[in-house]
Amino acid sequence: MKKKSSQTEQANQALQELGNKLAKDVEKGENPSIEVGIRALSNVKFDTKSKTLMLGEKKATRYLFNVAHIRKFAQTLQVARVAKTLLEVGKHASLRDVFYMSKRTIPNTRINLVDEQKESDKAIEDLELITDLSREQLNMNANKMGSVAGKVVIEDQGDEIDWSKLGSGGWSIPSNVEEIEFKKVNARFVIYMEKAAVWERLHEDRFWDKQNCIIMSSQGQTTRGIRRLLQRLSSEHKLPIYVLADFDPWGFYIYSVLKFGSISLAHISEEQAIPTAKFLGITADDIEKYGLQKHFIKFEDVDVSRLKQMSEYEWFEKSKAWQRQFKMMKKFNAKAEIQAMSARGISFISEKYLPEKIKNNDFID
Amino acid sequence: MAASKNEDSKPKTAHELAKKQRDISVAEFFEKNRHLLGFDNKRKALLTAVKEAVDNSLDACEEARILPEIIVEITQISEDRFNVVVEDNGPGILPKQIPKIFAKLLYGSKFHKLSQSRGQQGIGISATVLYGQLTTGKPAKIISRIGAKDEAHYCELEIDTKTNQPEILKDEKIDWRKERGTRVEISIEASYQKGPQSVDEYLKQTAIVNPHVTIIYTTPKAEQLIFPRATEALPKEAVEIKPHPYGVEIGRLMDMLDDTQAKTLQSFLTGEFSRVGPGTAKEICQNSALLPSMKPQEMDRVHVEKLIEGIKKTKIISPPTDCISPIGEELIEKGLKKEIKAEFYTSVTRSASVYRGNPFVIEAGIAWGGELPADGSVQILRFANRVPLLYQQGACAITESIEKTNWKPYGLQQSGSNLPQGPAIIMVHMASVWVPFTSEAKEALAHYPEIMDEVKLALQEAGRKLGQYVNKKKRIGQQLERASLFENYIPEIADSIAYLSGKNKDVLTQKLKAMTQKEEIQKVIGTMVPDDSEEDENFKMEMKTGEEEE
Repeated sequence: MKKKSSQTEQANQALQELGNKLAKDVEKGENPSIEVGIRALSNVKFDTKSKTLMLGEKKATRYLFNVAHIRKFAQTLQVARVAKTLLEVGKHASLRDVFYMSKRTIPNTRINLVDEQKESDKAIEDLELITDLSREQLNMNANKMGSVAGKVVIEDQGDEIDWSKLGSGGWSIPSNVEEIEFKKVNARFVIYMEKAAVWERLHEDRFWDKQNCIIMSSQGQTTRGIRRLLQRLSSEHKLPIYVLADFDPWGFYIYSVLKFGSISLAHISEEQAIPTAKFLGITADDIEKYGLQKHFIKFEDVDVSRLKQMSEYEWFEKSKAWQRQFKMMKKFNAKAEIQAMSARGISFISEKYLPEKIKNNDFID
Repeated sequence: MAASKNEDSKPKTAHELAKKQRDISVAEFFEKNRHLLGFDNKRKALLTAVKEAVDNSLDACEEARILPEIIVEITQISEDRFNVVVEDNGPGILPKQIPKIFAKLLYGSKFHKLSQSRGQQGIGISATVLYGQLTTGKPAKIISRIGAKDEAHYCELEIDTKTNQPEILKDEKIDWRKERGTRVEISIEASYQKGPQSVDEYLKQTAIVNPHVTIIYTTPKAEQLIFPRATEALPKEAVEIKPHPYGVEIGRLMDMLDDTQAKTLQSFLTGEFSRVGPGTAKEICQNSALLPSMKPQEMDRVHVEKLIEGIKKTKIISPPTDCISPIGEELIEKGLKKEIKAEFYTSVTRSASVYRGNPFVIEAGIAWGGELPADGSVQILRFANRVPLLYQQGACAITESIEKTNWKPYGLQQSGSNLPQGPAIIMVHMASVWVPFTSEAKEALAHYPEIMDEVKLALQEAGRKLGQYVNKKKRIGQQLERASLFENYIPEIADSIAYLSGKNKDVLTQKLKAMTQKEEIQKVIGTMVPDDSEEDENFKMEMKTGEEEE
């Protein structure tokens, strides 16, 4: 509890500082401004030492008296206000809640402070950059998205939870996993997959029991909670993290985000990136080995350009193994889903594909 | 033609054919050509009748250097019968000329000379008299008086439709309240409607391009409309010029050769044309392989064709342009201002130019904003020698030039090569000694490239002035909008800053409001600084992966 109150203290102080800075600008009669780090590839550095993406030094100044800035300026202040309220009453709000707490029309205009949740989400990310705090520290949480199963016992908010005894649904991963305490971890490795359907397959086949591992998934998108949970399992329990994703540029990118961090959230790479994560599949070699070509989906223009973009990322540029994958994918000019393996039998993935890959240590780093 | 239809019948003799050959009566001619003369339908007939009479009155007044005051009265007699009265304060007409001017087709002073005037062929007013006579059986009633010392003459006239000679039904001296002037009264079959091709519109547009004219108009609905003059200055007198060699066609040239008093080709060329001196005349003869000493009367068609070729080969300086009397930029604006309620007016008078040996001047005017309708195409006003052109807008070179001008930089909307859209009236006036119409009805300008280029240049010049105004207005509007935008945001933002910092909200609001008045802040408000914290392309691409939640 002590830790929590000091965190709240820290958050409150950051918000107070923001308020003081702006009040001072007004006092001095200067155009009130906020500095925000630029979240774009041009301002993201790949730190070769930690092997993670780090936000560069470039900052943009957002002014109150500027037609192009004023709305974002007001949005940022609004979410800061919501954060302060949440911290004061000690409650958490979802991103959707924050959106509704911010949505209103500016009097005498037809302008809404925010029109869609994307805008308040962005404003929250900006606030993270400004205050150097994560949104979880500001009492704002994303929805629970992922599931996990395995022979692990944890304690969350005083409840003891056994990940192996939660029926067909598994444990759903909350947005904030900071307060979770691992009581018992009995696993050799973790498989993270981008498809919930594949997770359900493996769970039904009790793959985690047979292989003595943890299986984790989300609904396509890797949330911060999941990333943090994986990172904690990796760093606190030294478990290898294997990523199972579709054979397409977007699947490769899921791995990239887990391992190196993401461009838009480069400011929190430190607590998110998992430099030891390895890519299990589906690789181009798997396609050839298991004859998945007949389940190919033809590339569209957007896939081609995304692939090119990825191959030029600094963190992939020097990796021979990855460049080989990109090259082969380009040659195929097609992509394939994990589920394509079901064509070889419903449990082909849990009984043959995964055990073989793991046994042969067939990963890409 | 009739014979060829009956191939079985035996050949006809010259005597038999002669029975069918006779003078074509003017009535018949009129019946066949009424569309050329502007009498195709009842509505147009009313407009043409008024137009011909008013054009004549204005030409007469200006030639006599009198400031015109025109009275137009139209009364409805029965459903499709109207009485048209046009009265001027002009010089009047000598009594013996009255019948010929009003009741003989193709009689006039203007056909044989080149000068900038409204009427050209001497057909208009007599055609109106004939039309009235044919449709109502009523004679034209004319009153004219040439001065205070002379008595006024009253005539009732008809045209003998067989001989094209005037028939005088009545001719008497009467008392007339006016010291000087002419009054024409004609009964015609017609119909009256308001709208873009109405008498009302014609008179309004006439008042715009003739700001020295006062028109008092009583409509068939007994409304009185007065278009007062905006200037006391008469237009510069139109100067008569001799034709320029580049402008004559073969038929005209043959007529001129027949009519000339000159004894030699050399003296014909120097005497009957402008810009031809002895040297140029010699060169023309040389280039046509004709002897300068040739007698004009002896030249046949082959010679004339050679002469035309010779003229084409010879370099002749352009005709004098001082014979053109444009309205002038100031008066165009005055004219627009008095008849159109707009917010901004501009006008352009180009310097004179030449097409086919005919000097001409293009003028353009634009009225914008105010009470003009903002939706739909702009309104176009076309004028030739100060006469409004109300029909055949689509066939006119002016319309095409407007469409081919890019109006977007000038603050009007336009899709492709169509008429621009917006709250504007665009007027174009062509003044020339010879206006090239597409037909005798004088409704649309012919598409000469020289004319279209000049129209475009005039429009662009006027357009630039319009653009400056519209864009400045837009800028000011945006600035005001921005200033109020900030004022609306300020309470919102002051509230947030107060909440975060613990400072007083009202003090912050006051200070922020005061800041909007500061010069350097106002400067910033006026300029758009893009938000460079915006994500770049790469980032957008990343978002597509849905890498982050929700």
